[in-house]
Amino acid sequence: MISRRKFLKNTVKGIAGAALPIAAIEFIDPKKIFAEKPDAKTRWVFVVNTYKCVGCGFCVKACKTENQVPYDAKVTRTWVERYVVLKNGQVFADSPMGARDGFTTSKIALGENKFKDINPKDIDKAFFVPKLCNQCANPPCVQVCPVGATFQLPDGVVLVDRTWCIGCGYCIMACPYGVRFFHPVYHTAEKCTFCYHRITKGMKTACVGACPFGARMIGNIKDPNDPVTKIIMTERVAILKEEYGTKPQVYYIGLDREVK
Amino acid sequence: MKSHVFRPLWVVVGLVVIVLIFRFFYVPSDFGIGQRGYMYGWHRAGDATFWKNFPVSYNFGKDYCSSCHPDNYNSIMKSPHAIIRCENCHGPVGNHPSDPPKLQIDKRRALCLRCHYPLPYPTSGRANIPGINPDKHYPGTECVTCHNPHNPLEGLK
Repeated sequence: MISRRKFLKNTVKGIAGAALPIAAIEFIDPKKIFAEKPDAKTRWVFVVNTYKCVGCGFCVKACKTENQVPYDAKVTRTWVERYVVLKNGQVFADSPMGARDGFTTSKIALGENKFKDINPKDIDKAFFVPKLCNQCANPPCVQVCPVGATFQLPDGVVLVDRTWCIGCGYCIMACPYGVRFFHPVYHTAEKCTFCYHRITKGMKTACVGACPFGARMIGNIKDPNDPVTKIIMTERVAILKEEYGTKPQVYYIGLDREVK
Repeated sequence: MKSHVFRPLWVVVGLVVIVLIFRFFYVPSDFGIGQRGYMYGWHRAGDATFWKNFPVSYNFGKDYCSSCHPDNYNSIMKSPHAIIRCENCHGPVGNHPSDPPKLQIDKRRALCLRCHYPLPYPTSGRANIPGINPDKHYPGTECVTCHNPHNPLEGLK
């Protein structure tokens, strides 16, 4: 039989124990936390001006060559979509081979080797939208990785560890923008890195460098004098799929509601 | 308590010890929480170095080509094609002139058609670029046979 005194004692002990946060038990080394303080000097962001894009696809060609993504495989880190909105409200969109060779026909690829030729007189508006990894502030691809093979650096770039990736494909399913794929050679998850090897050396990304029309721009949003920062802060920009709460960091000028 | 109660406990303790020993040798020393916490930063820190050291193929710098090929550089800079980077047609420079010693120029019609296939799309910059119908305009002939890509407005060759 338990005495009243003992019962009350244990109850108080139990509540006190449960109230103790788990963090209080963890040993905290202040030096370690200071060293791990997020570097606030750099946050890479991207601006795409869809008015300037003509769909030449030089960005896709340069990206695949620079980042050694097999050229003839139907996967690519960046691609260009063509949107054609007709006067009757119909919307067509295509991106044959990710627009690696540009758009050299007026026929819209409908998939399964079917094409639709559209009379220019029926077109209300038509435009090109380059896509790439949004390097989200809340990247769902990183959250779902079960082995810690994909991660976000303090400067915002999300990378994939090829030696650690087990190829489960969770991240490919989790990305709302469909930017991830399996690398045909390494069989691990692959994605746009904002050309991390170039931007960390002070160069522009391959796609930005290849664009003849200045439709793509990369910059550091923590630097108030960066032209990209000025555009994002002072001009009308939009992001893709805001409703997912991923906080994408690729900003678009001239985005339309047809663009998903 | 009797020993049959402890026996499965020892098995569990043994398994935990085996997992911890395996983990000690298998998980690299730089694998940790990182700067962004468990949700975004749980990773092997050395991998950022791998991506930083990835080889650069395209230069896209302003002076790299002009320092050795000033005539070619100056000729295209006076034309509407000045906005096109050398490496878009001449290929990635890599460590040229040592490796590769010679660049492969893309002279296919498809390269020119990337911009010069007419797509008169309203609201797109493509509508402002002059274009040709590739099925009717000297099909099968390389564009450079008649046109000078470094100075397309100078007239035909």
